[in-house]
Amino acid sequence: MNSLNKRLSAEKRFQAYGLFAVALSMFFVLILMWKIFSTGSGAFVRTTIEANVFFNPDFIQVNQNSLEKELYRASYVALADEVVRQNHPKLNEEQFIKVREMYTRKFDYQLRDYLLDNPDKIGQSIIMKITASSDLDQIVKGNYPRDVPEAQRKINDYQLSVLDKLTSEGKVSSVFNFWFFTKGDSRDPESAGIWGAVMGSLYALIICFSFAFPIGLLASVYLEEFVKPGKVTDIIEVNINNLAAVPSIVFGLLGLGMLIGVIGLPYQVPLVGGLVLGFMTLPTIIIASRASLRSVPPSIREGALAVGATKMQTVFHHVIPLSLPGTLTGTIIGMAQALGETAPLLMIGMVAFVMEIPGGPLDPATGLPSQIYLWSESAERGFLEKTSAGIMLLLLFLIIMNTAAVVIRRRLEVKW
Amino acid sequence: MIYFALLILVIISYLFYFIGKKRALNLKFNGNIKLSSQPDYFGYYVVLMALIPALLMWFGLLLFKGNFQEMFVMSPILFPDISTWSDGKLGLILNKLNNLSVIVNLPLDDLTNGEKSILNMASENELTAAKNLANFDKIYGWSNLTLFIILPIILGFLATRSISGKLNAQPIVEKIITYIIKGSSYIAILITIGIFLSLVFEAINFFRYVNPVDFFFSTGWNPNRAFVVDASEGFDKDDLENAFGFIPLLTGTLLIATVAMIVAIPLGLMSAIYLAEYASKRVRDIAKPIIEILAGIPTVVYGFFAALSLAPFIKDVGESVGLPVSAESALAAGLAMGVMIIPFVSSLSDDVIKAVPQSLRDGSYALGATRSETIKKVILPAALAGIMGSFLLAVSRAIGETMIVVMAASLRANLTFNPLEPATTITTQIVTSLIGDVEFDNPKTLVAFALGLTLFLMTLLLNILAITIVKKYREKYE
Repeated sequence: MNSLNKRLSAEKRFQAYGLFAVALSMFFVLILMWKIFSTGSGAFVRTTIEANVFFNPDFIQVNQNSLEKELYRASYVALADEVVRQNHPKLNEEQFIKVREMYTRKFDYQLRDYLLDNPDKIGQSIIMKITASSDLDQIVKGNYPRDVPEAQRKINDYQLSVLDKLTSEGKVSSVFNFWFFTKGDSRDPESAGIWGAVMGSLYALIICFSFAFPIGLLASVYLEEFVKPGKVTDIIEVNINNLAAVPSIVFGLLGLGMLIGVIGLPYQVPLVGGLVLGFMTLPTIIIASRASLRSVPPSIREGALAVGATKMQTVFHHVIPLSLPGTLTGTIIGMAQALGETAPLLMIGMVAFVMEIPGGPLDPATGLPSQIYLWSESAERGFLEKTSAGIMLLLLFLIIMNTAAVVIRRRLEVKW
Repeated sequence: MIYFALLILVIISYLFYFIGKKRALNLKFNGNIKLSSQPDYFGYYVVLMALIPALLMWFGLLLFKGNFQEMFVMSPILFPDISTWSDGKLGLILNKLNNLSVIVNLPLDDLTNGEKSILNMASENELTAAKNLANFDKIYGWSNLTLFIILPIILGFLATRSISGKLNAQPIVEKIITYIIKGSSYIAILITIGIFLSLVFEAINFFRYVNPVDFFFSTGWNPNRAFVVDASEGFDKDDLENAFGFIPLLTGTLLIATVAMIVAIPLGLMSAIYLAEYASKRVRDIAKPIIEILAGIPTVVYGFFAALSLAPFIKDVGESVGLPVSAESALAAGLAMGVMIIPFVSSLSDDVIKAVPQSLRDGSYALGATRSETIKKVILPAALAGIMGSFLLAVSRAIGETMIVVMAASLRANLTFNPLEPATTITTQIVTSLIGDVEFDNPKTLVAFALGLTLFLMTLLLNILAITIVKKYREKYE
């Protein structure tokens, strides 16, 4: 009896271990998500300070009749300083520097962009919400503590007193951070955006798709429909399975050594990144596509052949269209993996500081994951929330792609 | 320009499809000629005939563009000492000329101040070369474009004219397509060969500087020593003897992988067992996708998490019990990697456990064994080979994982087996040696390829072993 009890309690224990393992794994997912969301949500709002801006033509040396090009080229630095002086009268030079630091370093660009959109405002006064510097932003968001000694703070006591005065006047407000979604990278966290990286990843994925999808589809058609199993197919098959398990960084080395070193394609462009990701995705697509071709019943082929179609016509008119949903599902899942791959992008140089938004696959660019890596290496607190926000965006894209794959499978796949 | 050309090519091929088809239909109905293929195939025939040579030539031009450019621009008249330049200097100058060529022909008013100062700093010869380069780019672009438009048009018309009752288009088209399909399936092999060749070539270059025996067996890793010696002067071999020692990287990699496996194997295997044998369908439908989310999360996210939260947490915990823990401990990187690998182990083991025939379970229950006894004494031994295979695949994945260790592990090599100390890995060092300026004439850069080759062979060996084991196992129960 005793031994039966022992065995039963051993059974209970074993089951508890299993449940514990499942629960712990799920707990890891939760804690990961919680950490990302709690640090990243701040990046979607940015602190602004309301200021009275007089577009004094003397400071920018343009007038109502200036061309857009002249407006673009003019220097707005002096105007930005003047705006600060007007909104904070009676500052001595030391105080002025401190107050100027509370506004973004890209103050002049903000003025320029506004004037480019509204050229009729030259010589007029308006009220504008000027973006605060990242350090001030972090204080307002509560990420930097206020109650530590002054020497440990990026914002000193004087700046805090100015901030409190501005707050009490109702001039400090938080707005939705459009810049994060529309701008390229920047050295200043408050004006750094993810759009350049998104476009870089998009171009890379387009290249990846245009390389890997047709070749993967045709290769699987050849292996499934045109050759009898034999030595050649065995070699190709073993090779594809191994390729699927090669570490991604090795593909990056291939890109650097072959595509850049031997063929001479440029460094840090999405074209090379896309090709490397395509090399990585190819095995996934071939494996998925072969499974999908195999699931098309032989009766379809026999029917087509019986009415006089050639082998080529049978495959291209009947078998491939029927297997396409499965192939597409595999392709999208492979592309989702490719989107998250960072190491190959590091190898081929898509981790540089790029301010401009790339206009095509031959422009220097970063990718979404490599931008996340770049920001995460940065010491400034402002970049921490950008990193998390970038991760949130990346995860969102992955969720969308995987959902699309599931939907395609459910909607279009033919069950035999 | 290239996009424009590609667009034109697409339009041309579309038109030629209809021209070819039209001509075939014309022959059939107006000329009363009996065609030997369907009209469609004449369309395809014309398109293939027009496109394939143009695409091949374009690809060739692309490959040799660099050579043409150098011939055109880097003349010894402008740069008398050009023959003495190293590849690195050549690249730098070319880069500079490229920047110059964009602005050299613009009116001065359109330039920003920065661009003006670049112009002022350039020498007379450099400006001439930049102008040549700008001209070259123009000529190259236009010749490319004419190649794209004129060649396909000529070939297309020739192909259209050759359409007659005698031409049997279908077999020709099908033959060409067979070649294309066949070629596609060989690309996977080409990629493997490409990986192998590019790694081996650069690794051989590396072993010119460093003795392979020193590389594989010495215990010191200080690649920065290679910086002290100037690349063009030639290296003093003694200086590099203990600079590129592979051993500490190997131990670091294995240490972190071991920590990862200690996390991933029990959690992954137990999850798989629970979900396969105990959980109700509802629990399984919820828990399985959630665990699989872990596999879909990009590794850069784990790296960020490990560096931001896990490492400081472990350090604090360690210090509160009086243990000195490094901020870049192997433990933090290993734990994060372990979490990443859980779903990998669990889904592979799940497949394996499910493949064990029900009759084995039934036999065990019939003898009065409890469920856990059945699992431990019947199912696991029966599935052992398959589970081992999945573990090996997981190990291979852990060894090749890059971002987590780049972000959370140390850069400094440290020969240790203590997970609380910092350790570096093969992949970390590959990344560090290749970030920034990449020059292929310095052992500090080239070592990445030697490391990559070693990594590639290690993982290849593990994969082949694992795939063979799993395959053998599958056959056993099929």
